[in-house]
Amino acid sequence: MTALTPVLPEAPQGGAPGKGPTTAARKSQRFSNGKRGLEPWLYLAPAFIVLIALLGYPIFQLINVSLYDYRQAQVSGKAPLNFVGLENYQKLFADPEFWTVLGNTVVFATACVVFTLLVGSSLAVLATRLRPWVRSMLFVVSLGAWATPAVTGSAVWLFLFEPTLGLVNKTLVAIGLTQFEGYSWTYDKWSAFGLVASEVVWCSFPFVLVTVYAGIQAIPTEVIEAARIDGASMPRIARSIMLPMLRPIVIVVTIQSIIWNFKIFSQIYIMTNGGGIAGQNLVLNVYGYQQAFAASLYGLGSALGVIMTALLMVITLVYLRILKRTGDAL
Amino acid sequence: MTAVDVSSVPRRTAKTDAPQKLRKQGKRRFGADAAAIVIALIVAFPLFWMVLSALKPKTALDAGDAAPYTLEPSLDSFGRVLGVNNFGQYFLNSVIVALVVVVLSTILAFLAAVALTRYNFKMRTKLLIIILVSQMVPVEALTIPLFFLLRNAGEAIPLVGLNQLGSLVLVHVGFSIPFAIWMLRGFVAAVPLEVEEAARLDGASSFRFVRSILFPLVAPGVVACSVFSFISTWNDFLFAKTFIISAQENQTLPMALLTFFKPDQNDWGAIMAGSVIMTIPVLIFFVSVQRKLVSGLAGAVKG
Repeated sequence: MTALTPVLPEAPQGGAPGKGPTTAARKSQRFSNGKRGLEPWLYLAPAFIVLIALLGYPIFQLINVSLYDYRQAQVSGKAPLNFVGLENYQKLFADPEFWTVLGNTVVFATACVVFTLLVGSSLAVLATRLRPWVRSMLFVVSLGAWATPAVTGSAVWLFLFEPTLGLVNKTLVAIGLTQFEGYSWTYDKWSAFGLVASEVVWCSFPFVLVTVYAGIQAIPTEVIEAARIDGASMPRIARSIMLPMLRPIVIVVTIQSIIWNFKIFSQIYIMTNGGGIAGQNLVLNVYGYQQAFAASLYGLGSALGVIMTALLMVITLVYLRILKRTGDAL
Repeated sequence: MTAVDVSSVPRRTAKTDAPQKLRKQGKRRFGADAAAIVIALIVAFPLFWMVLSALKPKTALDAGDAAPYTLEPSLDSFGRVLGVNNFGQYFLNSVIVALVVVVLSTILAFLAAVALTRYNFKMRTKLLIIILVSQMVPVEALTIPLFFLLRNAGEAIPLVGLNQLGSLVLVHVGFSIPFAIWMLRGFVAAVPLEVEEAARLDGASSFRFVRSILFPLVAPGVVACSVFSFISTWNDFLFAKTFIISAQENQTLPMALLTFFKPDQNDWGAIMAGSVIMTIPVLIFFVSVQRKLVSGLAGAVKG
């Protein structure tokens, strides 16, 4: 390999033969080495072919299908495709149910995000003051909750909150709250959402705990010691020193939680049996799925998918903005 | 609490200082420890209850036995799960899909991460942004186009068509790659340039270096990222539900578990036993790699 001729990053391929290996060029050696111009593309190709086929093309198709009146007849090829433009979207925006579902999604996801972050980061702070074995115990059980598949987690929580056989109702009745005798947690819209949200927080706070804890550990102890010697109280240290230093991590964790919680499907689908009584617990994802695969309105379902994607893309753009402002290099 | 410590420091002599401080710290620690233990018990409770209910006899469960123990543990529920619904086959299907996805997506993501960290080329930043953005795509929304795509693909290559395990492998490889690249990036970048130079001087080709030196060096990161691919594949419910329509023998665990939910009388013993069977592999995998996972996450977060 003659790849040792170093080249400045901006230099065109093939290298700059006249230039000797100056220090600046040596430093950038890792990044571009003359004839290695094609190499990165060879390494990238397999992953990007898969991504284009399974993410890029489907996104294009999603938008495409959302512009057609696409039903069972069109799927089986019995009826011609009928281009309807934005009609699917107009239908949705005129439908009060869509706005209810959108509202549900926002409220439910926001609640999940807020509680996940609160529980996760308070436990992360708590974890810094624990004896090692207690901390390990806390981490192992949290990882257990994290690792639990959404399907089994939902099943267990559903069983705990079962109207007649569930442990929670039995305990509540036993301590004298007889109105919980046979009380159904999934009958009322908001108690059903609350139940699902509890399960979601239970299995997603560990991510916040682990990440924020790692962030706290990365703060040099000297900084905190110095503040302590200067007479800063613990809350003051948390607010004025730890929080600003943890900001990048908190942002990442928040955005990740927002994205995950807006996309929740399994928990809602299983715990409320496909969207609750009369669809009261539908969120965008489940609603789109039901429209497409239960009602065979593939066009309408795709329009919902597009709206969902657009919503998350906006959040992602905000994320990129913030990343840029905090100066994190890509 | 600590403010008191600080203000009283000047008055103390070194001799009395140490034990007093220790005692105080011990007391404060005890409170935190006690709280943490209670919280840990609450967090662990659903898992404990799942295992316990799976071991309780069916009669006790149907009678609404709420005791936090069982005097006559039985494996009946496990027997029902494994016997009635071909659970063993579904378990095997889930394992096959998850393992193939882990291997394929890790290899592809690793190679891409090498390109994106150890080379500098014009499109690099743009590609990284594309990967970040594609990580945010709500894959659930793509169910409809993927359904059609796989239906058509199945006509050309039956292995990846609907009702085949290959269809699940394919979509999950696609979905795992962006995050895996994002995570592996930090690990690949952490290998010093000197290692690469040394290998090159010793006459190793670029590919040889990547395969025989870089890959073993970033193995911890590979493990951490494989956990994520494994779990998201293992847990998948939506795609298994949508793509495996009629071929019962190619169903995976999550769907099999749902067959125990019946409108009137859920067989909770079987559901819990099935949940245990489904949770244990992930739990073992997760807890055994937790250290690497934490460092891996820190790397991914730091970017």
